[in-house]
Amino acid sequence: MSRQSGEIILDLKNVSLSFGGVKALTDISFDVREHEIRAIIGPNGAGKSSMLNVINGVYRPQKGEIILRGQHFSRMNPYKAARAGISRTFQNIALFKGMNVIDNLMTGRNLKIRSNLIQQAFWWGAARREELLHRAKVEEVIDFLEIQHIRKTPVGRLPYGLQKRVDLGRALAMEPSILLLDEPMAGMNVEEKQDMCRFILDVNDQFGTTIVLIEHDMAVVMDISDRVVVLDYGRKIGDGDPDAVRANPEVISAYLGASH
Amino acid sequence: MLYRENGQFKTSYAADQQIFPIAQDRWAIFGLLVVAFIGVPLLVDEYLLRAILIPFLILSLAALGVNILVGFCGQITLGAGAFMAVGAYAAYNFHIRIEGLPLLVSLLLGGVTAAGVGIFFGIPSLRVRGLYLAVATLAAQFFTDWVFLRVPWFTGHASSGSVSVSNLQIMGWQIDTPVNKYLFCLMFLTVFALLAKNMTRCAVGRQWMAIRDMDVAAEVIGIRPLFAKLSAFAVSSFFVGTAGALWGFIHLASWEPAAFSVDRSFQLLFMVIIGGLGTIMGSFFGAAFIVILPIALNQFLPAFGALFGISISTAGVSHAELILFGGLIIFFLIKEPHGIARLWSTGKEKLRLWPFPH
Ligand SMILES: Nc1ncnc2c1ncn2[C@@H]1O[C@H](COP(=O)(O)OP(=O)(O)OP(=O)(O)O)[C@@H](O)[C@H]1O
Ligand SMILES: [Mg+2]
Repeated sequence: MSRQSGEIILDLKNVSLSFGGVKALTDISFDVREHEIRAIIGPNGAGKSSMLNVINGVYRPQKGEIILRGQHFSRMNPYKAARAGISRTFQNIALFKGMNVIDNLMTGRNLKIRSNLIQQAFWWGAARREELLHRAKVEEVIDFLEIQHIRKTPVGRLPYGLQKRVDLGRALAMEPSILLLDEPMAGMNVEEKQDMCRFILDVNDQFGTTIVLIEHDMAVVMDISDRVVVLDYGRKIGDGDPDAVRANPEVISAYLGASH
Repeated sequence: MLYRENGQFKTSYAADQQIFPIAQDRWAIFGLLVVAFIGVPLLVDEYLLRAILIPFLILSLAALGVNILVGFCGQITLGAGAFMAVGAYAAYNFHIRIEGLPLLVSLLLGGVTAAGVGIFFGIPSLRVRGLYLAVATLAAQFFTDWVFLRVPWFTGHASSGSVSVSNLQIMGWQIDTPVNKYLFCLMFLTVFALLAKNMTRCAVGRQWMAIRDMDVAAEVIGIRPLFAKLSAFAVSSFFVGTAGALWGFIHLASWEPAAFSVDRSFQLLFMVIIGGLGTIMGSFFGAAFIVILPIALNQFLPAFGALFGISISTAGVSHAELILFGGLIIFFLIKEPHGIARLWSTGKEKLRLWPFPH
């Protein structure tokens, strides 16, 4: 990979998170550079999803801090994270089931809405202009993800692979600077995986979006990521470029250990 | 003409974002408005206006409000009756205490007051949901029941909260005959329905639905639950409160707290469940159904029973009504949570494909 990675944009320092007695994360530090694709891998229950939840403030770690573009957060919350340009997709698709594809993507524009309730109630002035403006933006995302044919379909009726794609679309509609993807290819067939890979690379390439990616498919991870963090039982056991990580004995034994 | 959208190509997003993107629907609504505003006042007799149409209009407005909260934002409420009461008594206070305040302003201020009270009782929704929230809103019901019965200041020192208004007019237009009352309520409902439709297709409506469907994901894209939920409580209570003010001022003209009891709260909730949660149309279907059903049963059930030699008393009819409601609610909750409105739209979808269903 010859992509240019930039400065450190996101830095996690000594993060520990536990649920009651369960230690999900123990003293984890790692950083993410601008424009890179940063993968997080590890066996089931290693704490990968928890890591993303800490980054965008869904979970509050007991210890540690998050430094985002030089700004220190000891308590992140989802709203602050969204404001700061972090968006994400979910391991178990978390779309808004009662809404169609367009409306799901339109919710991604929420933070950019300036008109107030009264203007919206009267479909008047700024409210009307904004609806048009954001609709045009959302249509760009729809074109990008090649989901024109389902734009009016309620998301609950879509097959799994397309739901995953809409989930990505909603995150993209936020025009994030950092995109967190939690197993975007899980449960997909080969063709769908290839599409998804292409979208992720294109997002990274065209918009310069920094991507933090959790993925189980080693071939994919090794192929598209710039650097990889390996977690096991909530601890970091490896960190570096794909080749280094692949050669790391601890990583090999964790994976061998997990596979039987 | 077939019911089709063929050939109606949208060349701009603005055209696609219209309330009724299909031309036939636009004509149907236009026709309906013409009938409602011109046809009905000319053709319908006073009894029908008083007993069915006026209650239908006002309860539709209230159901719209309840639907915004329950259907669009997913927050359960058993306090709709309370917010109607707040709207009615607040409007009454503005009406009698402020000399020369236009009627329209009093009614709307009733709604605004209800919105404020709604926000207050909506605060628990930030912490609890489902059954617990239902109980919290039920508290609003019992609290207002008590306040309007026991605190004389709110009811102009009328005994046991029974108050009345008379001589209502707007800029010289007397709202005294059933036709005028009907038109007055119809105007309210038309405007409010339009506002509701606009809100639900705009950012705020999407915030409500996002909170309803998946609150964690909603937060992650930057929707603040505090604002989304409390704005739903406010708008909902504003609608319900205005409906309450109309119910008191226009429909009843004199009323007491019992007019807005917990029964009313349940009735409104039933309306949106049967009519269709999360659709504007559903609020109308539900209100129509619940207003008409008892009257229809009263008319037909005794005659129907007589066919089989069974005599059915008035009490029997009202029991039958409860049984039927209960059964329908269970049916809709299990089988068709989107209510009559969904049956309607499925029907339309079939019609769009008819006569070639493949
Ligand atoms: N909300 C929660 N409450 C309690 N325990 C939790 C919660 N979230 C995660 N955990 C626990 O934290 C640990 C790490 O879970 P996490 O979901 O982060 O793993 P993961 O690496 O994403 O696994 P998978 O590959 O299965 O998605 C697990 O033991 C899990 O049971
Ligand atoms: Mg996970």
